[in-house]
Amino acid sequence: MPATVEQTSGLSIEQVEQRVQSESRSRRSRSRRTEIASPILVAIGIVVAWEVAADFFKVPTYLFPAPSEILAACRENASLLLRASWVTTVEILLGYALSIVIGIPLALGLFHWPIFAKSVYPLMISTQAMPKVAIAPLFVVWFGFGLLPKILIAFLIAFFPIVINTVMGLSAIEQEKIFLARSMGLSGFATFRLIRLPNALPSIFAGLKISITLAVVGAVVGEFVGGDSGLGYQLMVANGNMNTALLFGGVLALTILGLMLFGAVELVERMAMPYRDRATGEIGSGTM
Amino acid sequence: MQASLNAVAATSPSPEPAYLQVQSLSKVYPTDDGPVRALDRVSMSQRKGEFVSLVGPSGCGKSTLMMLAAGLTPASDGQILVENQRVTKPRTDIGIVFQNHVLLDWRTALENVMLQAEARKMDLRAAEARARELLVAVGLRGFENKYPKSLSGGMRQRVSICRALLHDPAHLLMDEPFGALDALTRDQLVLDLQNICSKRSVSILFVTHSIAEAVFLSDRIIVMTPRPGKVDRIIDIDLPRPRTLAMRESPEFAAYSREVLDIFLARGVLREH
Repeated sequence: MPATVEQTSGLSIEQVEQRVQSESRSRRSRSRRTEIASPILVAIGIVVAWEVAADFFKVPTYLFPAPSEILAACRENASLLLRASWVTTVEILLGYALSIVIGIPLALGLFHWPIFAKSVYPLMISTQAMPKVAIAPLFVVWFGFGLLPKILIAFLIAFFPIVINTVMGLSAIEQEKIFLARSMGLSGFATFRLIRLPNALPSIFAGLKISITLAVVGAVVGEFVGGDSGLGYQLMVANGNMNTALLFGGVLALTILGLMLFGAVELVERMAMPYRDRATGEIGSGTM
Repeated sequence: MQASLNAVAATSPSPEPAYLQVQSLSKVYPTDDGPVRALDRVSMSQRKGEFVSLVGPSGCGKSTLMMLAAGLTPASDGQILVENQRVTKPRTDIGIVFQNHVLLDWRTALENVMLQAEARKMDLRAAEARARELLVAVGLRGFENKYPKSLSGGMRQRVSICRALLHDPAHLLMDEPFGALDALTRDQLVLDLQNICSKRSVSILFVTHSIAEAVFLSDRIIVMTPRPGKVDRIIDIDLPRPRTLAMRESPEFAAYSREVLDIFLARGVLREH
């Protein structure tokens, strides 16, 4: 009997190591594959079900077009959608850029001068309570139908999360880090540059990611109230013409645009904080 | 040999005043529920090159005393002198180690140590060589380019000790540096610390909960009373150096531990049912 026990553990530790490692690798790649594949499969399932249901129940196109009809409308109006997307993208990016250029320095000011914060912060909060969409018509009165009012509305909606998250990130720091900086003789500015700002980056990027999606909303609202081009404007036109398929196409284009912009911000985030990625997947050596 | 050297040091009167002098220091924190006394007229001193431990229960103001000694928080009353200079602003001639490692996530182990050099505008090349040396000395060879996230708790604390030592500070302040670590890691780090200190002349002020750690490392132990913190007793530890783990089993070591323990028992910090 003891002989059989010896036979079962015939592998050297190196061989066991190799087996365990390769098993874990294949398990990880398998889970990664399902992670990517399953949402795609679900999406395809929904689209197919939608197509079949639209065909089966004979839903009128102006009410709820089938995916194939939406696709056809998109193909038919491809150049129009592309041009409109470009216009909207420019509005979004300019509004977003403006909210960064104004939001971050404002946050730094709020952080550095408490008196400034005490006087400006309540005002900012109350302007946020005001529904910004409601101001959009006013912007048309002031700035006309051009690019400017859209940028301003996108800015107005997008800048607040940037400010709030930046201030929060700068304030949320352990006392010990500040103590450490002082015992090293770091000046206030050096402490800010070397410790406070990098410490706040995750929070700042959280704000930037919220803001990019809001900037899309802002630009579209701007086009709704007073536009002559862009995806928001095309949505209104399609709506007026009862071209529901194109309406869906416009929504699809906006969704894709939003995803791409969000992805771009996330990419910048990853480049700005490479240490966050690299650390994952490392084997923690336990306590040493 | 060691013992006789110690005896000579003990008998010869020291003409120079103590390196660190804490004189009748009080610290009161104002809170909504009324003032909280953290320190009540604490006086103590530390000679140059001496290893002094502050031992006491939680909330006895050990850490407060440390922050005051670093000049990071102002005293409510009394004063601290370092080489006869009154401490009025944060001291930059110190190395400081907190209970929490306080490493920067976005810097590798080496870069975290090098923060000290960058802050002090030291010669970066020489500092880097020294930083690598220190990391190797605490057993972190090969981990120089790892981010704190992928280091264990003990390794992170080692990095923070290296950071505190990079500029060869005259005074090292350690606030329960091993408090969050497991027993084996603590033992190793205590040995590492002793090894590092034996090679340079640095005065260390060390806050700990652990009686064994204090006896093992210290030249002198300052036992503090529970809230508000006062100096209860000062115990000179006359054990030969370098100290070994086996020495912890010796009757002398046990006697010192017992002495501290008896104070805690007498003060009700510890209760035997």
